[in-house]
Amino acid sequence: MTSTYEPLSLNVPEPGCRPGDTPDFSDFEIPRAGEVKRPPVDVDPDTIRDMAFSIVRVLNKDGQAVGDWAGALTAGELRQGLRHMMTLRTFDARMQTAQRQGKTSFYMQHLGEEAVSCAFARALQPGDMNFPTYRQAGLLIASDYPMLTMMNQIYSNAEDPLHGRQLPIMYSSKAHGFFSISGNLGTQFVQSVGWAMASAISGDTKIATGWIGDGSTAESDFHSAMVFASTYKAPVVLNIVNNQWAISTFQGIARGGVGTFAARGHGFGIASIRVDGNDYLAVHAVAKWAAERARLGHGPTLIEYVTYRAGGHSTSDDPSAYRSGSEADAWPLGDPLERLKAHLIAIGEWTEDRHRQAEAEILDEVTTIQKQAEAVGTLGDGQAPSPRDMFEGVYETMPPHLIRQRQEAGY
Amino acid sequence: MAQMTMIEAIRDAHDVAMAADDKVVVFGEDVGFFGGVFRCTAGLQEKYGSARCFDAPINESGIVGTAIGMAAYGLKPVIEIQFADYVYPAYDQIVSEAARLRHRSNGDFTCPLVIRMPTGGGIFGGQTHSQSPEAIFTHVSGLKVVIPSNPADAKGLFLSAVADPDPVIFLEPKRLYNGPFDGHHDRPLTSWKKHPLGDVPDGDVSIPLGKAKITREGADVTVLAYGTMVYVAEAAAEEAGVDAEVIDLRTLMPLDLDTIVASVQKTGRCVIVHEATRTSGFGAELMSLVQESCFYHLEAPMIRVTGWDTPYPHAQEWEYFPGPARVGEALKKVMEG
Repeated sequence: MTSTYEPLSLNVPEPGCRPGDTPDFSDFEIPRAGEVKRPPVDVDPDTIRDMAFSIVRVLNKDGQAVGDWAGALTAGELRQGLRHMMTLRTFDARMQTAQRQGKTSFYMQHLGEEAVSCAFARALQPGDMNFPTYRQAGLLIASDYPMLTMMNQIYSNAEDPLHGRQLPIMYSSKAHGFFSISGNLGTQFVQSVGWAMASAISGDTKIATGWIGDGSTAESDFHSAMVFASTYKAPVVLNIVNNQWAISTFQGIARGGVGTFAARGHGFGIASIRVDGNDYLAVHAVAKWAAERARLGHGPTLIEYVTYRAGGHSTSDDPSAYRSGSEADAWPLGDPLERLKAHLIAIGEWTEDRHRQAEAEILDEVTTIQKQAEAVGTLGDGQAPSPRDMFEGVYETMPPHLIRQRQEAGY
Repeated sequence: MAQMTMIEAIRDAHDVAMAADDKVVVFGEDVGFFGGVFRCTAGLQEKYGSARCFDAPINESGIVGTAIGMAAYGLKPVIEIQFADYVYPAYDQIVSEAARLRHRSNGDFTCPLVIRMPTGGGIFGGQTHSQSPEAIFTHVSGLKVVIPSNPADAKGLFLSAVADPDPVIFLEPKRLYNGPFDGHHDRPLTSWKKHPLGDVPDGDVSIPLGKAKITREGADVTVLAYGTMVYVAEAAAEEAGVDAEVIDLRTLMPLDLDTIVASVQKTGRCVIVHEATRTSGFGAELMSLVQESCFYHLEAPMIRVTGWDTPYPHAQEWEYFPGPARVGEALKKVMEG
């Protein structure tokens, strides 16, 4: 007997634009800056469900800070924020080039996403703990972690704090509230919830922050984190950096039919907000709101940062194979550095001259530090971590079988 | 000293650890109010409060993942996976995170964590209530793997696991929860309450990890066993009339190779027994180590008696479970070799 139904077909989402196409973001809805209201930090998540479908924005097209979310930072703080973002961008460019020169095996840039981690860092207090992915080095830059130490890690040289055991950029700094980065995606999202639960169990006042990319929200640990954060009302800020791309895969593959990534929080009863990830002021204001909410015991917040991964996924990636080369330029939320710079100029707190001077200073600083790091060594050249060291730290005390293997290896 | 079942000894060990250190927190599916499906955490929530002992959502990766975060904060989580058969959703967190954290961060972050899970068969548990997954943990650098065979060891090893600064996989043979089991399923169970090994010392008594115990001295053949197989091996030695030396490994990682080597060099023969499937099982590692360390002392090829390379069946329980008859045959065969 033949079926009376039409044959079924599989839905495979496709991005709007592939190599050779002209980018078109015309159907990308962007609310006006200042349009989204700022609720009280103890708000019932159910009453702000619309915030997961809008975008909190502070800077308007004229570079003015407008609306409820404006005014949290002084001009001095904003200049410092600009400097952090410029430093991260310069650092990225130097390390990207260093990889191309064979000084290290690997690097991942933050190009276009600098505001997210740099502004977020400013909302935290000493003792709080970030559980970052590999694309939040701004958390380190903005908390004055030494760039020299970062470069030593990237070069896996004798001064690498991780003794050459980790792939470049997988930093770790407990003292700077930066949890050890893992290559396994999504794992740290649920760990951040556990850290926050531990703070609550201990009657502490510290909070945790989890980080995940748009693509990795598809990992099961994203769901685990949301369940546990919701059940135990953990003092955690859960951050989704939606940069539109997971290597070559556009965000629609991870997002499926849901309107936004932030909307995923609704099913868990978690306060969920979407924010302009290229607006330093908006990122900071929302991060501060969520951190305060967590610190006051009102529970977790899910934040989706809408941004664009302007660079390749990594030094091993060529984005021209899967997306239009002009897509970054067409991205409607612009460049976070340019937008903050324009704002500071608009309010009379910055000039083109000062900007050029700052660029030169930062380049000089980063270059000087790079020379210091390279004087110690680069991958395979100069002072290297001892091979003996790879047997250390597997356990606190080296068990007999590892001692035998270390001796067998000749150390 | 009190007579306890293994369940009571594990519960007592939790009590001792939680009383001694308020950083010890206990959670898992059904472990809070209800006290665990095997009663191993009974009464702890009432005594220590729901912030120290609580129920978790049914999400193994979430249980282990949050525990890793707690350990990184500075707590000592002791978590339960209801059956070892259900640990697989947490495997990424255990292998990629818990096991590697100290090494990858150069000690900046550590993961003092105990993951308890009932293991093993012999209870008509079928495919997903009988597995012995120890080999998937012993293969992972950075983990310790412990499996006790009696109430006193369970308490002592548990307390050492809690005190250990690294993640410990703590496998509890559920067939041994209420009494020893030698594979003679047609005979009545003896409770630990009427068994000399049911004597459990009071208070904080720890047994060091990485130390095996000779449970039966013998001259002819060394039997390497752990968990339920310790009793099967002892029974098989008596019934086969072979003067076997039975070693209860107790900790699989780190392994007490010295005790193993001394015994095999004395007996010249070795039989390895485990419930887990054979291929790439922990027995293969034991066999390799004995071969490397005792080659010139061996008088016969070593023999492994293990579960078959099949999923654990239901109706065919006793054809699958390596009982005293199969172990006895191996003991006789190795003596002929």
